[in-house]
Amino acid sequence: MKYIDDTVVMKRMKSRLKFNVVWKTIFLLATLLALLTLVILLVRIVSQGAGYLNVDFFNNFGSRFADKAGIKAALIGSVYLMLIIAPVSMILGVGTALYLEEYAKKNKFTAFIQMNISNLAGVPSIVFGLLGLTIFVRMLMLGKSLLAAGFTMSLLILPVIIVASQEAIRAVPKEQREASYGMGATKWQTITRVVLPAAVPGILTGSILALSRAVGETAPLVVLGIPVILQFLPDGLLSQFTTLPLQIYDWAKRPQEAFQFVASAGIIVLMILLVIMNSIAIFIRNKFQKRY
Amino acid sequence: MASHGLGKEQSIQEMIAKSRNKKGKKFIEKLMPIILVITALISVLTTIGIVFTLIFETFEFFQRVSITDYLFGKEWLPFSGSEPLYGILPLVLGTLKVSVIAAMVAVPLGIAAAIYLSEYASDKTRRTIKPILEVLAGVPTIVYGFFALSFVTPLLQQLIPSLKIFNALSPGIVVGIMILPMIASLSEDAMSSVPNSIREGALALGATKLEVAIKVVLPAALSGIIASVVLAVSRAIGETMIVSLAGGATPTFDLDVTGSIQTMTAYIVQVSSGDAGYGTTIYYSIYAVGFTLFVFTLIMNLLAQYISKRFREEY
Repeated sequence: MKYIDDTVVMKRMKSRLKFNVVWKTIFLLATLLALLTLVILLVRIVSQGAGYLNVDFFNNFGSRFADKAGIKAALIGSVYLMLIIAPVSMILGVGTALYLEEYAKKNKFTAFIQMNISNLAGVPSIVFGLLGLTIFVRMLMLGKSLLAAGFTMSLLILPVIIVASQEAIRAVPKEQREASYGMGATKWQTITRVVLPAAVPGILTGSILALSRAVGETAPLVVLGIPVILQFLPDGLLSQFTTLPLQIYDWAKRPQEAFQFVASAGIIVLMILLVIMNSIAIFIRNKFQKRY
Repeated sequence: MASHGLGKEQSIQEMIAKSRNKKGKKFIEKLMPIILVITALISVLTTIGIVFTLIFETFEFFQRVSITDYLFGKEWLPFSGSEPLYGILPLVLGTLKVSVIAAMVAVPLGIAAAIYLSEYASDKTRRTIKPILEVLAGVPTIVYGFFALSFVTPLLQQLIPSLKIFNALSPGIVVGIMILPMIASLSEDAMSSVPNSIREGALALGATKLEVAIKVVLPAALSGIIASVVLAVSRAIGETMIVSLAGGATPTFDLDVTGSIQTMTAYIVQVSSGDAGYGTTIYYSIYAVGFTLFVFTLIMNLLAQYISKRFREEY
């Protein structure tokens, strides 16, 4: 009795191999399609907006007239907002990560915090806007200010920073901690002088990437009621402000065709800002990250 | 005993003991864990804050609108002055239309890309393509929204002349492009973690690469792939700016994808950008809609966690 019929196998082999090649091509095309979209998106926006990028665009405030519209208030507002989000979210995020990795015992409470963080990461950003509107804008009466928006955004990116910091702290080998204890260092001394210096590149990389997400975020700010057109620069923590994505949103909504080009110019500025931030993150990762 | 420094009569142990007894240091050692626990509790407080904010304001909303009207009403007309109607179904349907179209775009393309990257691509190709996919994932949603409104919609209008300026199709496709990298990257992770010995076993039995990918790797990585799809759809449901810009503001209860729609998120944005006074029913309605949205995404996220834990194949 023959278990495998060679002729049948040979006959089918040809079509099986053909299928393999055909599907490989299909898979490759699917991958390339995704990349092609990115190219189209970038080319489209640069070709539309590049003409509007000039000195005036950076020096003018928002305007109802396309040729007078500028990005000054939005760009400065985004930078100020970042200056609030960065320390707040990093102190909270790194603190939480240190607690979870260095102090927390493996018990139900720790598992609960961990589960809570992963669920918080899946909450839509607009819901954080509703939280900020109730807690920061109304209850704490911060108004539609830099501070209210900064706190809201900090909570939004907190889960990302916690997870990135946890990974960075976990990557510091146990031997280093034990060596430090062996020399008589206390727990906190070990953390500040051994663990944190080794983990800082990873923490910074993750935090900058999270921060760049906050910079591009629009929805929570719309819910907070942050104004889109401002004729002045923010002058304090409780001052009103606007940001790049909000300004772009306002321009993109306008029916006049000229504003489409202004919106594209705004997007170019936003994307350049994000590219700079991401480059810094990648630079830190490649330059300073040690492998043990 | 010497007062300080490296007195000869002092052993290392004594020095350590002495330095340990310094008051400030002891204080810090005790204080820091407490501070760190407090920072960790902020994330818990955030969740509690979200849940309670939504529940309290939604409760206020249901004092004014009956809960059955809200859950089963087929008309959402909050701005009609005399008799506003608050039936959530049109908003839910709008959200689902966009999410289903997005999934139809992103699932086949994302899984195909994952198979290519994990099973066919060389290491070098993978190292080039994955970062580019990450860039695609990092593009702000407002940029995608602008892209949908100013490029995809006009393009689609040439193919489908009856397509309105605001519709479900264009934002659906663009949301699909937005979640594609997520599906591709998470599914690729799931497939890459299938051990090579299994692939080699199948190859040795005479399977082609395609057969290995479809009949061996895909089933083994299925839980991870499904979890990635569920997570991505949850992201699509919560997506805001793309649907606000390109979807329109007309809540409709039908299956037409060429006309203007409104999603749950877009409604919240519409009310927030206007001036709905604090304390009005419309003001409370955004919390009810936000709560509904929160429940949807929470269920999806828990489902994804359950799938990836429960059905994981261990090697």
